[in-house]
Amino acid sequence: MSISRRGFLKGVTGSAVVLAAGVPSVEAKMSTELPPEAIGLLYDATLCVGCKSCMVNCKTHNSVPGGALYKEGLVSGVVDSLICTKSEKTEPMKAPSYETDTIKGNEGIWDVAQDLSGNTINVIKAYRNGTGEKKDSAVNGHAFFKQQCLHCITPACASVCPAGAFIKDPKNGVVYYEAYRCIGCRYCQIGCPFNIPRYEWNSAWPEVRKCQLCRHRLKDGKYAACAEYCPTGATIFGKVTDLREEAKKRFAMKPGTEYNFPIKTLGSKETLSRPVAAYADKVYGLTEAGGTQNLMLSGISYELLGFNKDIPNSALPDLTWAYIAKIPWVFLGVFLGGTTLHAITSRMYKKKKDEGDHHD
Amino acid sequence: MTDFTKFAGPKLGGALNKLMDDRHSDHLGIKMDTPFTRVLIMLILGAVAVAAYRVIFGLGASTNLNDYWPWGIWIAFDVLGGVAMAAGGFIIAAMVYLLNWKKYKCIVRASILNAFFGYLLAALSITLDIGRSFVIWHPMVMWQVNSIMFIVALHVVAYTSTLATESSPMIFEKLGWNKALGWVNRCMVGIVLFGVLLSLLHQSSLGAVYLIAPSKLSPLWYSKHIPYMFLISAIMMGLSMVSFETILTSKVFNHEAPKDVLDGLAKGVVFFGSFYTLFKFGHVITGPGIGALFTSGFLGFMWLLEMAVGIVIPCVLLAKKSNRADLNTIFVANIMVIVGVLLNRLNVGVFGVSDYANRVGGDYFPSFMELLLTAGMIAFAILGFKVCAKYLNLFPEDHH
Repeated sequence: MSISRRGFLKGVTGSAVVLAAGVPSVEAKMSTELPPEAIGLLYDATLCVGCKSCMVNCKTHNSVPGGALYKEGLVSGVVDSLICTKSEKTEPMKAPSYETDTIKGNEGIWDVAQDLSGNTINVIKAYRNGTGEKKDSAVNGHAFFKQQCLHCITPACASVCPAGAFIKDPKNGVVYYEAYRCIGCRYCQIGCPFNIPRYEWNSAWPEVRKCQLCRHRLKDGKYAACAEYCPTGATIFGKVTDLREEAKKRFAMKPGTEYNFPIKTLGSKETLSRPVAAYADKVYGLTEAGGTQNLMLSGISYELLGFNKDIPNSALPDLTWAYIAKIPWVFLGVFLGGTTLHAITSRMYKKKKDEGDHHD
Repeated sequence: MTDFTKFAGPKLGGALNKLMDDRHSDHLGIKMDTPFTRVLIMLILGAVAVAAYRVIFGLGASTNLNDYWPWGIWIAFDVLGGVAMAAGGFIIAAMVYLLNWKKYKCIVRASILNAFFGYLLAALSITLDIGRSFVIWHPMVMWQVNSIMFIVALHVVAYTSTLATESSPMIFEKLGWNKALGWVNRCMVGIVLFGVLLSLLHQSSLGAVYLIAPSKLSPLWYSKHIPYMFLISAIMMGLSMVSFETILTSKVFNHEAPKDVLDGLAKGVVFFGSFYTLFKFGHVITGPGIGALFTSGFLGFMWLLEMAVGIVIPCVLLAKKSNRADLNTIFVANIMVIVGVLLNRLNVGVFGVSDYANRVGGDYFPSFMELLLTAGMIAFAILGFKVCAKYLNLFPEDHH
């Protein structure tokens, strides 16, 4: 095999430069700062009575064009993906994405979602212990709690998606999903520490479903349906910085103190006066996975509610970034090291061969 | 032999005739119509049926995957395992073309071809595993540099093409396309260097996929060094796979195994295996603690099994010089490494997330269709290799 060394080296240097330029620059690293106009929800489990009004309204208000549960049909979904564009959709859905078959004997009657799923992006679950008499008591008590996307400040789903189907709005921080980009690899499900994204397992062209904070309602001056339709103020909508203050204030209050809990939005005139309950553990969402825009307060320890206790208190995408940032150096190292080794060993080989020929 | 010029015209028929000419491999005595080949074909047909069913009816209908257990054996075995099995291609190519260790030249074609099939298997499996198979090319046009999966996708495409180019001289040679042959051979060192770079990144980035999941993957496997653990175990796997294949082909075909080559490969396994053992134990001692191996029940057992079968026992076996001279001992040790590293990939991809998934109510056992597709993929790789051994000049040194 004959190689012109000069030509080869020229090629190597050229391709190394081209490749190194194409490799991610440092600016691509995800932000770990709260966006300037970040919005979110505060869910106070001690105020929740388990009426599931939020579930019903989440489903109806998201099953309209633009909503997180909206789907026009197989053909338009496939076409959008193939031509890589998001087409304007106006056709109303036949019915919201109800789940009527999760309980036997209920076929086609009630929406009885048991968990988050490809058809349900907000769910109220119950905790129960012993006799279940006392609300918000870990022993012989009961409590309700809500599960939905927490809208991480540095979302793992957005960082792991190979096609950029999850996007964090740079202004209000809502983490939303563009179905036309999705390839259906489910890495978002592995990445999300809260186990929120759910897959349409039974679809031939599946989408990933999760709460998008009623993003489509914001432009009409409306806000998250779950907060708007919560009768007790358990879920309230507001600016994240304000919600954090409110949550910390409630958490620090002496249990039993009378307090005017705002309803629907933080700062609303409608309030509900009642004594503050004893809160457990911490305000959930201040530090989890680097912090989230939705916050939670609970009377029962989060571990008893089944929350994952191993979630780190730092942004998860940083863990992968540490690896990705090394890639340009690997390029450089392998090209330089490889060419040098090749040059040296070729020389040695040639010398040995010449000597060998000499002996023959 | 059929004369294709009768059916396809002189030009195409002539090319086909040249391709189908198997006189050069007569001495290997490869028979195509055997019961084993028939079983392989049945498995491949079964897998094709599963693939069609999966595309039409979706993942829910064909697999047992669920929201708590989104990745199963198609990812853990076919993709992670298939790619690890393919590591031999870049190692041997680097040894022969970059480092000029010419004694390994006799196995370079076979190992590159083996790598090509490993990658093909992984690429086909991931295409079927993703829910929207027809837009698998999206990452190529929608760059997302924060995603390890994006990096993996780029590597699979680039390296499969690289492997095809590295294998192309075998085809050009048969067709007598000397110009193309000369061109590829002239660029070979550059192509191999590019392949080495892609492999180092790709093997490690498959481990890096799990960096994002510290709260899900068991601490027995989760480590910030998991990319490097994947890389080193893939190198062990690659060396063993090449050695296994060399011995196997010498057993089933009339082809003598080059003993000094096998000795060198075995030494490589011991070298990387010793390092890997220290690395893995170091991780457990500094991380969850040695005690965790015995208190974590099933997972602890799986960790010990993977290390004992795949690394420690074969390394002890191969460390002894007299054992390295015995083909059967090497063969057994190679199989153990292959099984052990595959077990490692299954542990990371399937068992390692079981504690988390069980806690939130998830369960998973591969469905019949998942198993059949995996079996069909393996059958495809074996049959493909056999066909190539018959029709391509896979062991060039034999002619001397």
